[in-house]
Amino acid sequence: MQRRVIFNNRWLPYFLLAPQLAVTLVFFFWPAGQAVYTSLLQQDAFGQSVTFVGLENFREVLGDPDYRATLWRTLIFSAAVAFSALVPALIFALMAERVTRGATFYRTILVLPYAIAPAVAGVLWLFMFSPSVGVVAYALKKLGIDWNPKLDGSDAMALVIMAAAWKQISYNFLFFLAGLQSIPKALLEAASIDGAGEWRKFRTIIFPLLSPTTFFLLVVNIVYAFFDTFGIIDAVTSGGPAKATEVLVYKVYYDGVVALNLGSSAAQSVILMAIVIVLTAIQFRYVEKKVHY
Amino acid sequence: MNAQALGARTQWLPHLVLLIGVFITAFPLWVTFVASTLTPQEIAQTPMRLYPSGEIWANYSEAWSKGAAGTYLSPPASTLLFNSLIVALIVTFGKIAVSLISAYAVVFFKFPGRMLFFWMIFITLMLPVEVRIVPTYQVVTDLNLLNSYAGLTLPLIASATATLLFRQFFLTIPDELVEAAKIDGAGPLRFFKDVVVPLSRTNIAAMFVILFIYGWNQYLWPLLITTSNSLDVIVVAIKKMIGTGAEPTDWHIVMSTTILALVPPVLVIIAMQKSFVKGLTDTEK
Repeated sequence: MQRRVIFNNRWLPYFLLAPQLAVTLVFFFWPAGQAVYTSLLQQDAFGQSVTFVGLENFREVLGDPDYRATLWRTLIFSAAVAFSALVPALIFALMAERVTRGATFYRTILVLPYAIAPAVAGVLWLFMFSPSVGVVAYALKKLGIDWNPKLDGSDAMALVIMAAAWKQISYNFLFFLAGLQSIPKALLEAASIDGAGEWRKFRTIIFPLLSPTTFFLLVVNIVYAFFDTFGIIDAVTSGGPAKATEVLVYKVYYDGVVALNLGSSAAQSVILMAIVIVLTAIQFRYVEKKVHY
Repeated sequence: MNAQALGARTQWLPHLVLLIGVFITAFPLWVTFVASTLTPQEIAQTPMRLYPSGEIWANYSEAWSKGAAGTYLSPPASTLLFNSLIVALIVTFGKIAVSLISAYAVVFFKFPGRMLFFWMIFITLMLPVEVRIVPTYQVVTDLNLLNSYAGLTLPLIASATATLLFRQFFLTIPDELVEAAKIDGAGPLRFFKDVVVPLSRTNIAAMFVILFIYGWNQYLWPLLITTSNSLDVIVVAIKKMIGTGAEPTDWHIVMSTTILALVPPVLVIIAMQKSFVKGLTDTEK
């Protein structure tokens, strides 16, 4: 935590810290405090008077069937995104470990989606799957599949999940690849000599040794699906049709910015903060004690 | 299975799987690129063709200097790219500069309140802008920073990722170097400039890629904070160009603007792939 040899200076460290502390106080602590404060207040219908209502907003939010439906939807969405971004990434990483020719080419292409904005990724998928002009939508129609994400909620959900997973595969791929490269080769060779097949080697050596990476990525992917997919959802479906793709972050935005229900939106923000804090705590606990079988 | 057959099998299977991966990754990009070279009529034809046509210069120059028609009067892509570039660069360099010096203070000095300040910075990791969106908007409004580059970028600089990365790296700088510098009479600022910053080059490069992409790809924050179209960043503008149904979408312009929007971050990631991969996998663990 602290170095042995240090400089002694009375004021300099404060000067060096000042810019970051200033930005953090103004744009982090102040708004976070505001969120907690606003979440305890309620405005009347005309915005004239504000009353302190304690935990009333939280009780209302958590008791609201709409909110619970959104929470449940967010969980399903996150699980689907994490699963569809982790499994292909692991398979691609396992394969990329084995090739020598073309390795740089494969890696360069597979990394590209990391650089693409969620909202732009959303537009790419929206265009391919658009019922009027999309090539994939056309192919689906030829196959006899009735596809319309503008009207059908589960089509819309499938589309945002695909777009979100497509973007996240890159990140997972890089981490799985780094994880695979750190597995001692001698271990795998010894297993081969003992006659273990590829599947057995994967099940008994590779997968257990990758479990810290997998666990880390699982948390990162859930956080990604919770918060960073706003752009995808806004670009592809705007939360529709009929709220079928509205996740928690989208609801905070909608209730606070569009519907201007500030007390409820603030309470939702505070709930989200609690969720991130729990997720981050899990992640850091893992850093302390690595998950191993 | 004998060794030769095994060799042959392991030869083609990985390539096949990876080519599927390349297809999944590249197909959406290819379709977008093709659409950016077609006339509106060609795009509307089903099925849309999957190889480029001759409208490439016409579409791109229209996007570059005019922008899309329709309800959203988009500024030309040149303006949008300029805004995105400014935002991305301020976020990148601002965050790197601020984080370098604050990490330096936390690691190389002992002073009252050190741990308190460290935790105050550290805890910001836990709250992405998306979570505190409405209250941050109010703060920016109170400070009169709506519709300004400062409002667009400053709240994004308040984050701890870069600080933590530099802190971690600074802890690995050998004590002997500090001792030697002290014996030679170099003060803390001199040591920072002549030793710490040059040693951190790889980490700074990795941070540059990560933060440039982070800044360039911002969506929700610029969407809220700018009400004047002339300050729109390109990612937000693309979404606004897509009609809600009342008017047909100018897909040929949307698609060429989309390609223009993704070229800069893609170039950055390709050009700096090595340090990016190393920085990403080293630090976030």
